[in-house]
Amino acid sequence: MSVAYDYKVRTEYKGDVPRLRAAHTVVAEFPFQASLPIRGYTRRTLFIDLDTMSVREKPVTEEMIDIFTGGRGFGMYYLWHAITPETKWNDPANEIIISPGPIAGNPQYAGSGKSLVVTISPMTGIPIDCNVGGYFGPLLKFCGFDALEIRGKAKADTVIFIDGPSGLIRLEEAPEETPDSHVAAEVFTHMYAADAKDLQNVSVVSAGKAAETAYMGCLNFSWYDPKRGAVRLKQAGRGGTGTVFRDKRLKALVVRGPKMGPNLNNAADLPSVIRVGRIINQEIHDHDDEQCRMRRQGTAHLVEIMDAYDLLPVHNFQYGKHLDTHRIDSQVWDKRFTQAVPDRCWYGCGMACSKGADGHIVRTGPYKGHIVTVDGPEYENVGGLASNCGLFDPDWLLEVNFYCDTYGIDTISYGTTCAFIMECWEKGILNAERTGGIDLSWGNGESEVELLHQMWRGEGFGVHVGKGVRYLQDLFIENGWGDPQFIRDIGMQIKGLEISQYMSKESLAQQGGYALANKGPQHDEAWLIFMDMVNNQIPTFEDKAEALHYFPLFRTWFGLQGLCKLPWNDIEPPDNHEKYPGPEAAKVPAHVDNYLALYTGITGRPLDRASLLEQSERVYNFQRVFNLRMGQGVRAFDMPPYRAMGPVTKAEYESRAERYDAQLKDIVGIDPAGKSTEEKMALHRQWRTDRYNRLVDAVYKRRGWTPNGVPTLETLKKLRIDFPEVVEVVKAHQE
Amino acid sequence: MLRVNDTPLEFEAGMTVRDILRRRNYVWRMIAVYVNGELVPRTTYDTRQVPDGADVKVIHQIAGG
Repeated sequence: MSVAYDYKVRTEYKGDVPRLRAAHTVVAEFPFQASLPIRGYTRRTLFIDLDTMSVREKPVTEEMIDIFTGGRGFGMYYLWHAITPETKWNDPANEIIISPGPIAGNPQYAGSGKSLVVTISPMTGIPIDCNVGGYFGPLLKFCGFDALEIRGKAKADTVIFIDGPSGLIRLEEAPEETPDSHVAAEVFTHMYAADAKDLQNVSVVSAGKAAETAYMGCLNFSWYDPKRGAVRLKQAGRGGTGTVFRDKRLKALVVRGPKMGPNLNNAADLPSVIRVGRIINQEIHDHDDEQCRMRRQGTAHLVEIMDAYDLLPVHNFQYGKHLDTHRIDSQVWDKRFTQAVPDRCWYGCGMACSKGADGHIVRTGPYKGHIVTVDGPEYENVGGLASNCGLFDPDWLLEVNFYCDTYGIDTISYGTTCAFIMECWEKGILNAERTGGIDLSWGNGESEVELLHQMWRGEGFGVHVGKGVRYLQDLFIENGWGDPQFIRDIGMQIKGLEISQYMSKESLAQQGGYALANKGPQHDEAWLIFMDMVNNQIPTFEDKAEALHYFPLFRTWFGLQGLCKLPWNDIEPPDNHEKYPGPEAAKVPAHVDNYLALYTGITGRPLDRASLLEQSERVYNFQRVFNLRMGQGVRAFDMPPYRAMGPVTKAEYESRAERYDAQLKDIVGIDPAGKSTEEKMALHRQWRTDRYNRLVDAVYKRRGWTPNGVPTLETLKKLRIDFPEVVEVVKAHQE
Repeated sequence: MLRVNDTPLEFEAGMTVRDILRRRNYVWRMIAVYVNGELVPRTTYDTRQVPDGADVKVIHQIAGG
């Protein structure tokens, strides 16, 4: 692959700003009193109704802080009160809520710049939550708002500009700009910054044009990279947030905040915050090179490790490794990423893992010939867009990655969906007639990109693909294309959301991690593969249930605070395993203590390990009840496809026959000798399905839920979320 | 016979911690190895011999996504 480039050279779009701005019409303008947070909270929410083009402030109450904390918690709270059980994703009543959390905006502790996005998902019909980097959330808070709540639909493409230093909010019709994010983010950053020094104080949220036809649209949150002189992007990827955004005819949200400073949160105890911040950044400095190498490779460091342990998805999760993985592994990206530039998506983060591949010359589509910086690829993009689709060409991967981002398409859902249709092509369920001539052979990167262009143009088979695996399963079955059971077995979605890029067949705990996740199968809730499958540290159902209680709650906490998960356990104190032998080490207790000090240092509120989990448990159970309120949230929606649990095809079984035969003999207690592959597969299916159901029983019990997966009234009461409207939802499900 | 992460592994005389890691294809660089409950210093993986019947734990410190 080509690596001769200047990382500061790229196609520029800002030259068009005067013409584009001249086409804007100011629809409404609202003055406001900008303010900085006190102890992490501003105690105000900005509410915008696009139906009426009106703006008002709402107070953030003490009860909201006490029960819902912030971030994802505030998002769930506002969404609950905004909609009814009948509300669909594209109803005006559906909202997009962005909330940064009380710790967000802190520059001392690594990974403190996150925003949480909550909306009803077009993919699932239930709330989705996304934890995203970039500067928007912290700058929003430094303008004076703990959350931004948007309802309604504009009549024309609209930009919302929140200008903190001027104390003004403007709603503008913006007819000319493309919504494609690598252009839109640059254009709007330069349009609304006061001058060159102000570029870092502006952040843009946008979604590309493909999000208008796809259900899997994502949101891009920007941050200005001064070394490159480029506007960079981070994605609120999962569940169709960008689809809702474009359905509301939002072209961009733009925030302009004050100049960044060391204590804009007005921390209660800044010395404590600085103390733990120094500890984590020193650890990263001293040990990242010998541990995860996040500073050089980002999460792409995982590629060859997953391959070595048979966990890298290949050919729609059929297999866990491939001979060509070396062509897309971390060594490739180590060279391809521009090194020694500060790739941090928020100030002060020593982990700096927002890697960028500069100098990519676009090969196809409307931006053919442009020189662009591709943000990533991260591990998920390599696993989803590449290996899972049999693609082992890094340049085509960059092309697909670039277009997913700028068009506003979730790389995880798109990767898993492409892998699904490629297997359908291989098995004869799809053919050229059915795809409109698109060749979906494994590894065809050009076809992956062409489907994105079709979504962008709103035509062809790509429009169907953009609606995801569940939609395609229904379409294929309705058309009589292929065996329905097989299509159900190999379609890697749960609750309508595509599974992210880890093989879960040999980790029962990870199957639960995916299928029991509130929003759908995203690994940010529980990633237990090594603890379970390799380390064998949680062998019993009760052990796994305990892990599936603790870790999802602990990870939820990051989303309440505006924190990134990565500095929790992608860097560890070197003595972690000496101090904490056994499974306790997986919690990285020293870092948990850092977080307690960080939270108390900023908010002034006491917190111990138990009350940290309780903060999460309240929101987690509230979200589970929310799912129930939307007609889901029970056991039937927590079942993974069989491909996530075991071998669907003979080829899968026979490729790992030694493993599967040994499991039958040693664990199930059945001698496989003399049995056909089909017979052995059927035995596996029975065993694997049974043990999954036993796991679910154990997890529900541990979580204080009924056997059907509904939080009990006692659980709600214990968590102090037994509000009348919540009790009303669950009381009919207490059997 | 050894037990490595609670699964059997055939014992060979003179077997070191490094040999076990190689046999199991445990290539991740962040691991902690315990032999009969004792943490083995990383610097001795090449020389530390493991006795027959030992209970070996190879704990991967890896966090994933």
